[in-house]
Amino acid sequence: MNTTPDTQHIHPPAQKAPMNIVIVGHVDHGKSTLIGRLLYETDSLPEGKYDDLKAMAEKRNMPLEWSFVLDSFQAERDQAVTIDTTRIGFKTEHRPYVIIDAPGHREFLQNMISGAADAAAAILVVDANEGVQEQTRRHAYLLSILGLSQVIVVVNKMDLVEYNQNRFETISAEITDYLAQLHLTPKTILPIAAREGDGLKTFSEHLSWFQGQTLLGVLDQFEAQAGMDSKPLRFPVQDVYKSDHERIIVGRVESGGLNVGEMLTFSPSNVAAKVQEIKIWPATDTPKHAAQAGESIGITLDSPIFVERGDIASHEHSAPALTNVFRCHLFWLSDHHLIEGKTYTLKLGTHQVPVFVHSIDSVIDTQHLTKQDQTNVNKYDIAHVTFRSQSMLALDSYQDHRTMGRCVILDGYDTVGGGTISMEGYPDQRHAIVKASNHLYQVDHLLSSDERAARNGHKGAVVWLTGLSGAGKSTLAMHVERKLFAKGYQTYVLDGDNVRNGLNADLGFSPKDRTENIRRIGEVAALQSDAGLIVLTAFISPYRADRDRARTCNTATTFHEVYVKADLETCETRDPKGLYKKARTGEIKEFTGISSPYEAPENPELVIDTAQHSIEDCVDKIVTYIEGNVKLKALKTDQNLKRSTAGL
Amino acid sequence: MLSTLDQLESQSIYILREAYHKIDNLGMLWSIGKDSTALLWLVRKAFLGRIPFPMIQLETHMEFPEVYAFRNQIQKDWGFELIIEDCPPEAEMDQNLPPASRAASRKTQGLKNFITREKYKGLILGIRRDEQSMRAKERVFSPRRFDGSWDYKNQPAEFWDQFKTEFPDDTHIRIHPLLDWTELDIWEYTKRENIPTVPLYYAKNGQRYRSLGEKNITHPVKSDASTIDEIIAELKITKQTERSGRTMDHETEDSFEQLRRNGYM
Repeated sequence: MNTTPDTQHIHPPAQKAPMNIVIVGHVDHGKSTLIGRLLYETDSLPEGKYDDLKAMAEKRNMPLEWSFVLDSFQAERDQAVTIDTTRIGFKTEHRPYVIIDAPGHREFLQNMISGAADAAAAILVVDANEGVQEQTRRHAYLLSILGLSQVIVVVNKMDLVEYNQNRFETISAEITDYLAQLHLTPKTILPIAAREGDGLKTFSEHLSWFQGQTLLGVLDQFEAQAGMDSKPLRFPVQDVYKSDHERIIVGRVESGGLNVGEMLTFSPSNVAAKVQEIKIWPATDTPKHAAQAGESIGITLDSPIFVERGDIASHEHSAPALTNVFRCHLFWLSDHHLIEGKTYTLKLGTHQVPVFVHSIDSVIDTQHLTKQDQTNVNKYDIAHVTFRSQSMLALDSYQDHRTMGRCVILDGYDTVGGGTISMEGYPDQRHAIVKASNHLYQVDHLLSSDERAARNGHKGAVVWLTGLSGAGKSTLAMHVERKLFAKGYQTYVLDGDNVRNGLNADLGFSPKDRTENIRRIGEVAALQSDAGLIVLTAFISPYRADRDRARTCNTATTFHEVYVKADLETCETRDPKGLYKKARTGEIKEFTGISSPYEAPENPELVIDTAQHSIEDCVDKIVTYIEGNVKLKALKTDQNLKRSTAGL
Repeated sequence: MLSTLDQLESQSIYILREAYHKIDNLGMLWSIGKDSTALLWLVRKAFLGRIPFPMIQLETHMEFPEVYAFRNQIQKDWGFELIIEDCPPEAEMDQNLPPASRAASRKTQGLKNFITREKYKGLILGIRRDEQSMRAKERVFSPRRFDGSWDYKNQPAEFWDQFKTEFPDDTHIRIHPLLDWTELDIWEYTKRENIPTVPLYYAKNGQRYRSLGEKNITHPVKSDASTIDEIIAELKITKQTERSGRTMDHETEDSFEQLRRNGYM
């Protein structure tokens, strides 16, 4: 182009920050046409574009296609479908907008997600003729997972249904009902004819029956996403820059604020230090004292604690949860199925860590919003999945924190899914692994466990029975105790209800209290076994992490995890305490196996199947196992004989 | 809430730090224009004054003299490693391309040669979505096949600032920290931060360059904007596209698309 065109004076300067909006809906319901026409109505088309469109239409012998505004790829025009996310700006008198065009073809959903995840508001386009279709529902569902709560529904192509009010109201009712189930309330539902520009800036007489505002009128009322300032501080460490004289911790403040001199807690390592300095370049006369949500910053600390990428800094009393298991409301983008037990890579904030699929809990049918018990998660399915990691993760539930409560899943090099995090049914393990006091000094016994074992004739041990309510843990523990005692062993049973009457009378059945309950049992059992007893514990102890922690309470004696196995149906039939009945009616909430998870042991020392074997057989099996493990090996000599004659 | 410029700055710094952490053998294409110079400024902010990777200039010997003078001055003032990669001559380009596209494709080929020879895994570029609708389709972290080509039909999902940072050996990644910026944002930021720019951007005798390319394929636009404030005022009201003075964009309906698919910036 060799012309030297004049600049023209069209728009008043825009003052406000641009708002990103996404336009979604079923294929051919008119998204691109709406965008093209929005640009035209707001006088935002580049110079000459309208003439280009007209010329192109004439050349191709087709009516003027507003959607060609966005279709800049040759391939797109040939197929007449939009193939990728496109961003384009327009301005109203109120503010500038950036439209993220999300395509409707099912196979291009990952582009829609890429676009919609950045948006502050969404327009859901529904064809007045075709009504609510598969992708209308699927896109609406994704909007809800992606956290878009500012939604407008436009019923487009009203010209094709002769601007029929009844038709509009039928579709309104249908989409309102669907969105309500997703807890989405549209700001408005309005009739438009995008091709004609009707309903965008003004309504023609055809739509005079509609009482609400125009599309642009409603858009201008939306608010830019805010509110991260008032959330607790989350400062995920992005990197640590080391030089000779200092270590600068860099990252972006995702929420809350951070001040020089404040104490920060780094999770999951749980170390703390004070902010010494907020570094900026170029240096200014006055040092920077504070940073707010959204700022990419660098800080130094007053003590040389170990901090690495992936750690999350917070204030001590509003720290993220620590866990090695979480639930995920996941959208799946891979051609390969999600596989139970397989290890994937989790990206959470700046943290990247292997996780494996503990269970695929349900797959959502987005058309009927029902949970299906299938375990096949196909491309573009949405599922509820439980993930587990080897190491402790610091995270927030999505309902508490919009940005820290979501994650991305990788398989090899590829992003294969994303989702929101829920800790429902799982405890924050922070208090279970953190000592409240730092001023502890271990005092050594003058008596060794070997000496105790020699006197008792056997070693101390913890035999940890775990299983569903009704599996037979208490029954077995009491019989084993009796039998061991008769054989001369020092033994004691810690049983669920008994302990909850005293030591743990302050605890309920929330995930947090369950964890604390098991933590205390683990410690008591460890002390008793250290004293030389064979301690049998009979607790559901549903969380693997809790049992693993009990295992490490006392390293001087041995820990034996016994999985008392019986399927849910068997346990529910037995129902010795009538608890399942109460759980089913909802009288008891958070009941393991019904409304709260049970995590079966992965590598228990012993599995006892009470559904298949009699109590006597099970008791014998446990007793034999225990004897084989706690008897003193050295006694298999003369001494052993002596003990045998003594009636052991 | 942060201002628009502060938000953009913070996001770009975040992207630069992600790239630096995740990608070995990282470099940045510095075209010496307003965008990549603003980006170079952001690099200094992100790394607190340091420029921890080399700047790469694709040399065609066809830039304006003012551009070369500016390059030498900035390198002297700011101090960084500058790699000047000579691009192959136009005679070696695909002769079926229209003339300006053929000239522009010298840089594509120069870039390919450089990446292949030096084994760079990541290249930072100062392109923006609002420049051109082809660039609007870009991801922030955009994988390229070994031959530099861009598979725009099958781009990875990119959301929630979790970028594509894992990729096989035969790909390299292009990183676009300025994707969300507009031309106006760049000028407002350049003013706020007092970042130097090539004098050709400012009007003389009723003409100025809005976008700088090689002198054989770049034309000035009519304008009286001779200061940064006047440029900002002009951009707030113009409907003329930024790259209208770049010949190669307009030779055929899809000329820029073809250039980019083959690996152009």
